[in-house]
This record gives sequence, structure tokens and C-alpha cells, in this order.
Amino acid sequence: MSKMAASSGRALKSFVQGCCGCSSVILPSIARNVILQKPAVTVLARLVCTSSTLQRKNIAAAGPEKYTQEFIKKQIEEFNIGKRHLANMMGEDPETFTQEGIDRAIAYLFPSGLFEKRARPVMKHPDEIFPKQRAVQWGEDGRPFHFLFYTGKQSYYSLMHDTFGKFLDIQKYQDSMRAEGLFSQDTKQVNLIGSRWMIKEELEEILVQPISDHDCLRFIQLLERILALPYCSIEEEYIQRFRRALEVQSKKQKIEPLQYDENEVAFSIGEGRRKTATATATVRDNGSGNITVNGVDYLLYFPVLQDREQLMFPFQFLDRLGKHDMECKVTGGGRSAQAGAIRLATARALLSFITENEVESMRQAGLLTPDPRVKERQKPGQEGARRKFTWNKR
Amino acid sequence: MAVGLLKKVGSDKILTEPLKHPDFFHLSELFSLKDLFDARVHLGHKIGCRHRLMEQYLFGCRLEQDILDLDQTMEHLQQALNFTAHVAYRRGIILFVSRNRQFTHLIESMARDCGEYAHCRYWQGGLLTNANVQYGKGVRLPDLIVFLSTLNNVFQQHVAVRDAAKMNIPTVGIVDSNCNPSLLTYPVPGNDDSGPAVELYCKLFRMTINRAKDKRRQMEILYGLKSQND
Repeated sequence: MSKMAASSGRALKSFVQGCCGCSSVILPSIARNVILQKPAVTVLARLVCTSSTLQRKNIAAAGPEKYTQEFIKKQIEEFNIGKRHLANMMGEDPETFTQEGIDRAIAYLFPSGLFEKRARPVMKHPDEIFPKQRAVQWGEDGRPFHFLFYTGKQSYYSLMHDTFGKFLDIQKYQDSMRAEGLFSQDTKQVNLIGSRWMIKEELEEILVQPISDHDCLRFIQLLERILALPYCSIEEEYIQRFRRALEVQSKKQKIEPLQYDENEVAFSIGEGRRKTATATATVRDNGSGNITVNGVDYLLYFPVLQDREQLMFPFQFLDRLGKHDMECKVTGGGRSAQAGAIRLATARALLSFITENEVESMRQAGLLTPDPRVKERQKPGQEGARRKFTWNKR
Repeated sequence: MAVGLLKKVGSDKILTEPLKHPDFFHLSELFSLKDLFDARVHLGHKIGCRHRLMEQYLFGCRLEQDILDLDQTMEHLQQALNFTAHVAYRRGIILFVSRNRQFTHLIESMARDCGEYAHCRYWQGGLLTNANVQYGKGVRLPDLIVFLSTLNNVFQQHVAVRDAAKMNIPTVGIVDSNCNPSLLTYPVPGNDDSGPAVELYCKLFRMTINRAKDKRRQMEILYGLKSQND
């Protein structure tokens, strides 16, 4: 009888254990309704292997793992201690050990040949690794903290509420100006040039809450409505919070300074690639339009007109056709690829000779963009990259 | 142990004392029939929009526009405000719902000033019935829902009316002549579309809730002192 009670207890315990994996079970041998001969408490520890299917738990429905505040705090302490250990190991000062140092140390100690960068070993601050979670939204008595909690999207709707409040403030100000007779249509306008509205991802970051495209659109529409009012400059600071500056694309080009050779002639070197061809071009000033490719005149090297036009294009675009001499070396690729590579190299070399506006116009003409098209690989089961084998009905 | 018993007796007194009086918070002095008339609360919609169940609350119709009976409105409003005050006195959660976009900002500001909650936005399906999934485990649902307009933007009854009835949450609602008053616990026949009318309702609800909360604080101090002295 004691054996039966013990086994039923064991079955109960195994049924009640947590999800997937084994757990060690400690069995109380004192059952409720059974008189035991042996009063001693025998504790047996046995591995019981269960899985979620046995307990019929839907793991996926529980949602992403929730991390408690204590867990995150513990992780931060461990990270800081580990950082100091790492600094000691690498022979550096624990006080001034930066994140770059940690990355270098990890790359040295755990070399990994995996292609996916995100699969490589990484040691970062827990705030960057564990996704940010919302703290509990209500107090001890159950009352939520935020007055729009029951809408579900409290931060987004409170943002809309505040923005609409600004709209009403501007209207009130307008009415007061009208009442005093100082109303006028030509007032200071908000400067919108060089900036763009925030996108959905940036808005989500601010609100710490997922929103839909429709919500983002509504918010931008409300801001545009505010900007349509004559006295919108009152709330300019609030509106500028939701605008991001556009990056000036031409600043990204690295322009090498001009170099001077022994005859005081200015020259500049540029490199370019197209398909498998690489080219290095040297553009010299005070020339008369001579172009030499691999020691040979361009007329002999490129018999086809199209290739020579490609070489000519950067000079023609800048109206400097007969003013420069060009000397270049090119390897790899075919006829067209070499011509394209030299064109890119020349354009990059010419950057040192021209003004910023001309750089921007060259960039917009596409002279400075490397052509990303390469030969697509052949796939198994097909004859070429796209061509399939001839289809047979039988 | 004696202090614990006294505290329990004190808290019982706090909760049972207001129930002995019909108008513990003196809410009848907050509004009069003239105030309702000036705020155009008696104006309903045209005859074609009339709901069958609202015929009992109508005074009559003039030039094809329904006029609500303000005497009945006074009684219903008194009862509704009294109930709201008791809920607020007992520290219940009050949720203001309205889908009239004209008054969204006003109602949300009013709710924030009272310290209660508002939902004047798109109502997602399972907010009351699927609360554990929507908000998180262990959320506390509202103890009273006040509708400042029972219709949604498509002139159909708001989903929250039905959901509150399902979840046994009492409801107070301003019903216009085109609304269905059957599922509400305390319907108040009145105009829900005019600016002055809705502003009046907001003012009344704000004053009742503030009064009830102040009274609760007073009673706690009073009975807390009494139990200490005894």
C-alpha cells in the first residue's frame, strides 16, 4: 500500500512538473491515508523526463519570454564583473575598458568562421540584448497609472491628445489676436526645408509601443493640419521634435586633395570597378585630351565607338573635353566592363578638380555610382541562372 | 487586536454610512431644469431617426424634431450621478466612453482632471471580454462605464454597451432619441450632439466625482480619528 501511494505521488509530481526537460523529483513517502510500517522519511531524487506535449502546454501561445527587473539587474552585475575579468585577461586597464575593446577581445578569444554576423559570440550590455519590456501598468490597488490605459495604445493616443491640445492652443491664440484686431495672414512660417517627417519605426522607438501604418499616417496628417494654421510658429519647437534632418548625399563622397608632380602639373588618381574589371586612372591637368590605356592609345585599345564614348562621358559632362590628359591601367572583365570601370575611375579622379555643386550634379547623373550588376550564379536543376531545362510532357 | 477590530468597524462604517441617505452627496443642487434647458439637452433628432424604445422618454415632437421630457431626464440624471458618486466614493474605476470626435479632447481632459479613465478612440474587439490577452494578466476592469454617446461613428450601438453587460459592469449612458436604452443600467435621456449639452455633462460628472472623492477622504479622517479616540 505504501508502494502504491508512493507511485501515485510520483505520477502526480511528474504530471505537475514544469515544461520541456527533465526535473529532479523529491518524493515524500508519508502519504495521507496510509499507515506506514517505516516511519522514517526516505527522500528519493529521481530524474523525471517530461515534455510540453505530455502536459498539453501551448508554449507558443504564452508569448515572448518576460524578464523580471531582478533578472535584468543580475545580468547587468554579471556583465560588469565579466568586463573586468576580460580586461584583466587581455592585460588592459579594467576602468577604461570600452565596448570596442570587449568586441576585439571576444573576436580574439572566440574566433568564429560563421557567415551570419548575428550568430557569432557577442558580449554586450544586457539592455542591448534583452528587448525592452513594459513595466506593470497598474499600482497595488489595481488602478492603472495612465488615464488612457484602457484604450490599449496609451502612449500613441496620449501623443495625439497632446498634439491636438497644441492645435486648440493655436486656435485660441488666433481668436485672441482677432479679438484685438491684430490678426494677419503673413506670419513667421516654420522652416521645413532639409528635413522629413519621422517614419513609423522612429515613432515606435519614441513611444516604446508598436503602432500601425494607419496610426502613423493619422499623426502626420494632424501635424500637417497644425502647420496649415497661420500662427503655427508658436508650437514650432514641438513640431520640430518630429522632423528628422535629411542627410546631404554629396557629403558622403571622399574627395582626395590634388597632387602635384615634378613639372608642377596637377594630377589626381581614381579607382573604379565594373563586373570583374578593375581600373586605376590618373587624370593630369593642362593636357589636350590624350588618353592612354595600358600603354596603348585608346583608339587602338577600344575599336568600338560605344566604349570610347563611355571614356569620354565624364569630361563631356563637365565641359573639360580637351583640357585633361588621362593615363589608366585596367585588368579583368570584358570590353564593356573595362570601359565602365575606367569611366568610374575617371569620374572619381575628376572630383578633386571641381566644385561641390558640380560634384552633386555628377552624383545625380550617376557618374559616381558603382554599377552593382554582376553575373548571376547558375542554380542546380536549371541550365543557367534563370533558364530552366526544356520541359518534356512525358 | 483591539485596534484591528476597531479599524474594521471604522471601515464598515465608512462603507455603510452613505447607503443610508438617498442623496448623501447633495447632488440635486448641482443642476436644475433650467440649466438643462439652457444647454439644449431636451433636443432630440428628427422623427425618422426615432428609436422605438425611446418613445417613453419623449415629451413630444415639434416641426418633426423630437423633444425629450426633461422631468424624466432630471430623475434619471439624479440617479445616475448618485450611482457614479457612490462608485467613486468606494474607489471604483470609472471609464468614460464616447465615439463623438468633436468632444474627444474635452472628455479625455475631464477624465484626466478627475483621476479617472477615458476611451474616446477606436474600440478594439476584446478590450473587456479578452482583457487578460489585451492588457496582461491580473488587470482590473472598470467598475463603471459612462457613455457620453452610446452610438459609434456608423450610428450603430457601441460595442462596449454589449460587452459591459456581458462582463457584469454597470453602465450609465446618455441616450439620444436614436439610441437603444435597453442594455444600460442607468440610461439618461438627453442630447448627445450639442456642444453646450456635452460640456454640461462633463462638468456635472467632474463635480460629482471630485465631491465623492473629497467626501471619502473626509470620512476616512473622521472615522480614523474616532477609532483612535475610542
